Amino acid sequence: MVEMGKSHGDGWERHDADGFDGYMFGKDANAALLSNFEVYQLLTDLKQQRKESGKTKQSSGQQNLNTIMYETLKYISKTPCRYQSPETVREFLVAMKDHKLTKAEKLQLLNHRPVTAVEIQLMVEESEERLTEEEIESLLQTVTTILPGDPEEQHRDSAMATEDKCDQA
Amino acid sequence: MFVLVEMTDTVRIPPWQFERKLNDSIAEELNKKLANKVVYNVGLCICLYDITKLEDSYIFPGDGGSHTKVHFRYVVFHPFLDEILVGQIKSCSQDGVHVSIGFFDDIVIPPESLQQPAKFDEAEQVWVWEYETEEGAHDLYMDIGEEIRFRVVDETFVDTSPTGPSSAEASTSNAAEEVQKKEAPYTLVVTTCINSYGLARVVVYTVSKIAPLSQKNDCFKLTMKQSHKIKGVEKGRN
Repeated sequence: MVEMGKSHGDGWERHDADGFDGYMFGKDANAALLSNFEVYQLLTDLKQQRKESGKTKQSSGQQNLNTIMYETLKYISKTPCRYQSPETVREFLVAMKDHKLTKAEKLQLLNHRPVTAVEIQLMVEESEERLTEEEIESLLQTVTTILPGDPEEQHRDSAMATEDKCDQA
Repeated sequence: MFVLVEMTDTVRIPPWQFERKLNDSIAEELNKKLANKVVYNVGLCICLYDITKLEDSYIFPGDGGSHTKVHFRYVVFHPFLDEILVGQIKSCSQDGVHVSIGFFDDIVIPPESLQQPAKFDEAEQVWVWEYETEEGAHDLYMDIGEEIRFRVVDETFVDTSPTGPSSAEASTSNAAEEVQKKEAPYTLVVTTCINSYGLARVVVYTVSKIAPLSQKNDCFKLTMKQSHKIKGVEKGRN
């Protein structure tokens, strides 16, 4: 079950996240899956905080944290999650309810934003048996409309579409 | 790809940091201890997510620092089985293709997982996938720096904590081999994403949008001209 907006009863410092937070992964009760977007948000906030507090910390101890933050941010920034926001993630999960996909599959769709049927077949197990062609099409539609993609690419797409129309005319 | 793991640990704060807010000191200590480190059977730790509970702090005789038991959640890189990821080819060797995702490098595609027939080109030190079509064989070179989509098949955790002192004879005989074999604490064994269309790379996937089933061969021809912008080529074909 998706737990949106967990309630935090006690007064401890607790991070109030939205989106995929609180998803329980079957095997290990300890673990909850995080979407790339949530990690991206966390790391950018942390980076901001550290920049604001200034260089008061010894660099030797913090070097590992700096390295991993930099590399992870670099990787995640190249994925579609940098155009996402908490609202789009929520919208996406609500729309996915009808499609009967597992948590892991929804997470992969959210992280990768597939645009072709081939990619959907990779991420969804036994997609030939579980989803018909129309369902795959509608899934693709939902993904591409709700999740924002690279704005440059989308601009190019629409520009080419209009060019094609002119050619055919 | 990322997982939130609940952990508990006792953190020591040295006396000269008592003026700082306890939460900040503890967060810094936890990050110093865990960030960019692999925890056995858990994964590669990225950074602290939040602190869920702080128990009372104690000071022990002989040590001025305070010891606090902390319950916290940490962001860990631990892809689940069959997860699809995108990475860059780092290098090729006889034991397979090594892929990297920037913050994690120990990802290997063993030769058996490469779509057969695949052969290792000794001259260029790259793996080549020979793709057979009616027109003849085409070679897909797995060049360094190429983006590749892969599926996680297996993971291995190795306990690299230091073992006790080895016996005297063993240490003297190994004196020449001072450098111990560095084993990666966490390795991912993956396979390329080959489906019925036989298309492996991220680049090629955008091409398949045109007409995956009937024009398999044409799709493949396009991959050879990878220097062309994919969108431009699609337009030409239409």
